[in-house]
Amino acid sequence: MTPSPQRRVDVAGLVIALVLLVLAGLVWWDMTKLQILSPYDLGPKVMPIVVSTCLVLLAIGNGIGALRGDLPARDSLDWMPIVLILGGLVCLIALIGLGGGFILGTAILFATTSRAFGRRAFLVDFLIGLVLAVLVYVLFSKLLALSLPAGPLERLI
Amino acid sequence: MDAFVSLAHGLTVAIQPMNLLFALIGVLLGTAVGVLPGIGPALTVALLLPITFKLDPAGSIIMFAGIYYGGMYGGSTTAILINTPGESASMATALEGNLMAKAGRGGPALATAAIGSFVAGTIATLGLSLLAPYLVDIAVSFGPEDYFALMVVAFVTVSATFGDSPVRGLTSLFIGLLLGLVGIDILSGQSRLSFGVPELYDNIEVTTLAVGLFAVGEALYVASRRHIHEEKLEPVRGSLWMTKEDWKRSWLPWLRGTAYGFPIGALPAGGAEIPTFLSYATEKRLTKHPEDFGKGAIEGVAGPEAANNAAAAGTLVPLLTLGLPTSATAAMMLAGFQQYGLNPGPLLFADRPDLVWGLIASLFIANAMLLVLNLPLVGLWVRLLAIPQPWLYAGILVFATMGTIAANPSPVELIMLTVFGILGFLMRRFDFPIAPVVVGLILGPVAESQLRRALSISLGDPMVLLQSPISATLLFIALVALIAPFVLKGLGRFKAVED
Repeated sequence: MTPSPQRRVDVAGLVIALVLLVLAGLVWWDMTKLQILSPYDLGPKVMPIVVSTCLVLLAIGNGIGALRGDLPARDSLDWMPIVLILGGLVCLIALIGLGGGFILGTAILFATTSRAFGRRAFLVDFLIGLVLAVLVYVLFSKLLALSLPAGPLERLI
Repeated sequence: MDAFVSLAHGLTVAIQPMNLLFALIGVLLGTAVGVLPGIGPALTVALLLPITFKLDPAGSIIMFAGIYYGGMYGGSTTAILINTPGESASMATALEGNLMAKAGRGGPALATAAIGSFVAGTIATLGLSLLAPYLVDIAVSFGPEDYFALMVVAFVTVSATFGDSPVRGLTSLFIGLLLGLVGIDILSGQSRLSFGVPELYDNIEVTTLAVGLFAVGEALYVASRRHIHEEKLEPVRGSLWMTKEDWKRSWLPWLRGTAYGFPIGALPAGGAEIPTFLSYATEKRLTKHPEDFGKGAIEGVAGPEAANNAAAAGTLVPLLTLGLPTSATAAMMLAGFQQYGLNPGPLLFADRPDLVWGLIASLFIANAMLLVLNLPLVGLWVRLLAIPQPWLYAGILVFATMGTIAANPSPVELIMLTVFGILGFLMRRFDFPIAPVVVGLILGPVAESQLRRALSISLGDPMVLLQSPISATLLFIALVALIAPFVLKGLGRFKAVED
């Protein structure tokens, strides 16, 4: 990187600094609700105080860096794959939360992630994901005796 | 020698058929994930933690160590053949290694990497066996304030001293420490930062954090940059074997790389990145064939690869003797110990010598297995690189979510995984290091309990931290390590102005 006089204020960097300040405030506020049981030490409050104080200092440090435009250069960003992957995760969470089961959600996640990385055969990938999920479900529940969330599909196995 | 007696005893544990099998599974998995771009050893251990919960502790820890060593071997294959090092420790290898592959000397590059890794791994593991008993003797006399000070040193070196930016490294660390606060405080029974969510009362799962940051974060990051970055696999052409000339040019760099890697890894100084680049720079300066550098010099592969593996063994020294993880993978291994209620440190050497020395002895075996697996079978591993990227990452995400649900079947856990994934993506995008977050989450609560123990012994007087000579020295070292990068950066800027 070449230091140039026309360094610009980095807005994203300022947001990071702000988030750190909010986190520091949150930790401090949470700390005030704790009770000290031992008369001799600060007990559960010690670490929150340290963390909160240091987060304020780091927010200032990050803020200064952002104002001076010190952040490393960033490449352009393609939002579509991110939306696809997060969408797949949200589907999985919703399906498990609503009792739709693990297999269906996993197949959807497999297909959306695969789409995010540029494959266009959504249906084929969905089927691959389905087979993978069934195999995993059988392996986990029968061999390792770990329970995965079950839905209508799982009850058939 | 005491160490050799213990080691011989450990060997009897390590050669039990079940443990040999675990070591073999570990090195196979480790090599496979090391070869695959996008998954590192830390993520693999994280994914396996929930699955191995019900297995025998000795076996699974031997397997984790096999994954650690195997990941180092596999990573070099990817670095040489597609020039996208899976982790920062393989970056130096990629420089000359990929040039060698392009020049049709990929075979000898892979060979010198594998043999160098074996030489370095064996010497460094020997160093670990000799050094560990001494460190254990010293560590026995540590009070809680000394342990706390030691952890402060580790925090500073891991996050601030050796990163690109001390501020960003420390920010990562404190995000980890903040996450470590979440949950019920064991000593007082009060909940912190839980906001009434039952899943948060049980603390944040290390595996959820690590899998979110490493797997989901990496997938989001790679997917978002796919339009910029394209990977190209160099086929292995020509002979796989090293010529006599190659051997002559390789053996000294192996030894020098080991000499850099082991001590730097053994100090709580964080990671294998520094020794690999030191080794690269040294070989570039000492070589008798300076014309080859930039065109594929074998010294530039042999040295860093040896340094890389020696550092991996080195990080096991503070991990086993002091319970101090100095890399993301070591942190995950510590989590592996903790899931069985085992705490690495001097007590573990006294209570479970079979386990500790069995682990160390199995490292020698794993190393030998890796040499055999990697030299003749390298063609097989290379085929893993042919898995289409969409399926690879889709598979990674499926296993990531599956491991999380298996450990804790609740949607809230998956929401946390997703949030940590977004965090991991943002940290990669804005160049914040990931490892300090994991180290902070794992080590934060331990450091807190040591600090509070020290404070309650001293009746709340914080001066106890400076009254113990060990603690005072360590805190001074931490202070120097914290200030040094700022001062050096200032000097660097001054120099730049002068030029």
